[in-house]
Amino acid sequence: MNLLKKINPVFIVLALLIIAIAVLSPHFLQPTGYMNFLKRAAPIVILAIGQLYVINSGGFDLSAGALVTLTVIGSSILLDGDPSATWWVIGVMFAIGIVVGCANALVVSYLKVPSIIATLGMMITLSGIALTWSGGAPRGYLPENFRFFGRFLIKDLPLIKILPVALIVMVVICALLWWLMHRTNYGKQLVAMGDNPYSARLAGVPLVRTRMIAFVVSALTAVMAGILLGGFAGVSTDVGVGLELQAITAAVIGGAQLLGGRGSVGATVAGALVLQAIFTLLNILGFPKPIRDVVQGLILISAVALASYRRRKSGG
Amino acid sequence: MNLIKNKNFLALAPFFLLLAAFGTYVGIALATNQTQYLTFDNLIGLLGRSIALGITAIGQTFVILIASIDLSVANLISVAAVLASYIMSGDTTMMVPAVIIVILVGVFVGAVNGLVVTQLEVNPLIATLGMALLLQGVLSALFTNFAGEVPKEFQVLAYGEIGGVSVSLLFLIALTALAWVFLKFTKVGSNIYSVGGNADAAKLAGLRTTRTIVLAHILCSVCATIAGLYLASRLGSGAPWIGRDGVYDLESIAVVVIGGTALSGGRGGVWGTLMGVMIFSLLDSIFNVAGVDAFAKQILRGVIIVAAVAFYAARSRRIEA
Amino acid sequence: MKLSQFTLAAVVLSMTAVSAQAQNFDDPVEFAAQKAMLEATPNGSSDTPWLQHYGTEMADTSAYKKDGQRTICFSNAGVNNPWRVVGWNTMQAEVDLHDNIAEFVVTDAEGSDDKQIADIDDLLAGGSCDVLIVSPNTTAALTPAVERACEKLPVIVFDRGVNTSCPVTFIKPVGGYGFGIQSGQFIADNAPAGSDVLMLRILPGVDVLETRYSAAKRILEEAGMNIVGAEFTDGDRAKTKAIVEDYLQRGGQLGAVWMDAGATSVAAIEAFEDMGFDIPIVTGEDQQDFLQKWQAEGLTTIAPTYPTYQWRTPILAALSILDGEAIPGPAWNLPQPAITNDNLADFVNPAMPPLHYAACGCEGMPNYPERWGGK
Repeated sequence: MNLLKKINPVFIVLALLIIAIAVLSPHFLQPTGYMNFLKRAAPIVILAIGQLYVINSGGFDLSAGALVTLTVIGSSILLDGDPSATWWVIGVMFAIGIVVGCANALVVSYLKVPSIIATLGMMITLSGIALTWSGGAPRGYLPENFRFFGRFLIKDLPLIKILPVALIVMVVICALLWWLMHRTNYGKQLVAMGDNPYSARLAGVPLVRTRMIAFVVSALTAVMAGILLGGFAGVSTDVGVGLELQAITAAVIGGAQLLGGRGSVGATVAGALVLQAIFTLLNILGFPKPIRDVVQGLILISAVALASYRRRKSGG
Repeated sequence: MNLIKNKNFLALAPFFLLLAAFGTYVGIALATNQTQYLTFDNLIGLLGRSIALGITAIGQTFVILIASIDLSVANLISVAAVLASYIMSGDTTMMVPAVIIVILVGVFVGAVNGLVVTQLEVNPLIATLGMALLLQGVLSALFTNFAGEVPKEFQVLAYGEIGGVSVSLLFLIALTALAWVFLKFTKVGSNIYSVGGNADAAKLAGLRTTRTIVLAHILCSVCATIAGLYLASRLGSGAPWIGRDGVYDLESIAVVVIGGTALSGGRGGVWGTLMGVMIFSLLDSIFNVAGVDAFAKQILRGVIIVAAVAFYAARSRRIEA
Repeated sequence: MKLSQFTLAAVVLSMTAVSAQAQNFDDPVEFAAQKAMLEATPNGSSDTPWLQHYGTEMADTSAYKKDGQRTICFSNAGVNNPWRVVGWNTMQAEVDLHDNIAEFVVTDAEGSDDKQIADIDDLLAGGSCDVLIVSPNTTAALTPAVERACEKLPVIVFDRGVNTSCPVTFIKPVGGYGFGIQSGQFIADNAPAGSDVLMLRILPGVDVLETRYSAAKRILEEAGMNIVGAEFTDGDRAKTKAIVEDYLQRGGQLGAVWMDAGATSVAAIEAFEDMGFDIPIVTGEDQQDFLQKWQAEGLTTIAPTYPTYQWRTPILAALSILDGEAIPGPAWNLPQPAITNDNLADFVNPAMPPLHYAACGCEGMPNYPERWGGK
């Protein structure tokens, strides 16, 4: 029982949801069922971890969704169906991600603009760039080797039968970002900064650099999510809409505290999977898609309210 | 001495920005030989394009003055428009009940927003984004298309003219004046400034902060529903996407901020917001006259929002989140 | 599952009372008329389908005659999907073919009714237009603006319609009912009775799309098909694929997917492939990526077209109006061919980009194929 108290409730909720889905839809227990679930969830998981970095630093990154869209549209236009260009285009996209992340961090640090507004402005700017670049309609085409990451399934494996490449990408990135957050000095500095920027600065934490790394991580996860989502369905002008909000919801479900503090990568991953599982459950139960928005809205508000209630009770 | 200079500067800044934007507009029109854009009709029409934004932004001003924010306005506009056109269904006798019901919905949504922010202590960004999702979800689950229609008589709001000036423009100016009177001359109005400036000090001074915050949110949501009514009048019917299409949530914040109302609360006012609306309208038209890609406008908007906040925030020394 | 269905049913029932008063996108008379038109022979040469028309009704335009250089104004709903991109390129090429167009003024409403109303007002206030071409974003919302325009100058409406007959002519292919008939009938003929059919739509509120849906629905229901859902995709690939995958996850294999527009048909097909199901009948349109997939996989399907050559006709109509020549009116109906297995090879062209629409009538125009992205 003591052990149960220590486990973040999000893992228990996830387990219950998976059981519920499996009961209602036996197809889920087949590899085509659960592997496709994980493949669909991978972009959100990655995005949520990136968002966690920024949340832990005490801010928000509302530009993530727009960066996803820009990645998909930009890659599609630059590649125009040419498979030999894939690698350098992906490189360009990562470079854009780094620039966006740095820009966000600099605006927050030096122009003293709250991250909400800074990233909101960046979101509008990025979607404006995507629209101007594409002229408002999907253009170009994503070749098969670009779509490899988001769409390809390694087939004929023993036991699990199929393995989506997206899942491999997700695991690798999760492991990397978990290590960065929980096993390095940087991670500790990040949490300290989010908790109390004044005392962090007094303790010698380099605020600007720490913040910059957090925003760059968030931007890079957005680019990666864009590559996966572009692979999944091809070029789309709507693909990133609302994703940053889903990422924030996932992080909050996982126990991250808004305006700084304590989230963990593992719990955030579980939070993203919980969100995806809830959507899947709603789908299986036959609820129309807009109900997902309602549910997400309710979850977002209650999760934050609950966290803030717990914080008040414990005197934090 | 410094304080006085600061206050004057901040109050006048949006006015200078407006002059600059206007000057650019006239300059480009003359330079490209498109003087038909400089007729009186056209200039009046400039503001007329942004009536819905203007009404929404007046509401957003209240909320930002109180150091909160409301990102649910766009979807609330859609709800108001759809509800109004659905209830009216082309029947003139249903016009008044529809308007009353819609405004009551606005009061309800605003109250919920305000209570979630004050009682549940949820960050206003999250609270109103959550509400936005809720509204969008409920609306889209019930309506996938234009719903009902607005009787021709109701379209007077959007298309009518009194003495050559459009009814909607007069309405916007009247609303702004009303809001200004409320903020400047009533006790509740000055409470909004106090609570926005420093909520803790206000509470210690005995002001009912919760009530004031909830009221500000209610005023914001009611303005959003009025904007929805105007749009229903203009389009002839309401649809679940018109709020999102117009990006009223982000644009209303942008316009308020450009108008000099500080995001940290306690400073600014509705005339500044109206100037912000005009500046944005001019920007739209400058792009049209100059023949620049309409999408590039959006890039500029994003940059302007950040620049405006940075400009006004340069005086604060807080370590921001 | 029962509760959600019940609540939705209650809401829909309460709404049908209202929708009966809204405009009628399910008119059996118009349905029959378009069905007849599909089988009739149009006037004019089949080498120039954008000039062909059905029937004999003409509009008298002698009142609008104007000599010399002309200014043509165009209020475009937007260029926000690949079909419109191809159409817009084609229209611009057509303008390039004529010397007596002094100015071609264009506004882009970026898919917003509100903006298009303001755009039309701007064009009218500008005062320099000799004729106004409008492609309305949605039908009801743009009607007052078009009516205001009609009071000042000759107006041509094309592609999507409005609820007024004041324009000189309304140019479109046979129509939405015809499109829905072509694809709906194919599914009815080729899928076993009682099959599960998913209907996917891009946008609501546009007359030519609403009628596609109502016509196909009528045919599918009469053929005893089981329509499992009707969803909006915004013409977006990601959404389309996600919706189809959701339905497959919920209910297993589908007998057919009917789509009111083909821009995202390939995304729907991929959903079946990725989930490990066979590809059933998925209807499409004349977009190259769909046609090439069809040919490569040997699919059973049909592609009705809403030919992009209809973007050439308004320019030619505008010039005729200003010449005082009679043009087909109040409606100018262009041919609307469907692509089947028999003529598929005529339309597939790997040299053109995947998002290009084959029935563009642009092969002989200035700058072909580069202007349309081809090699």
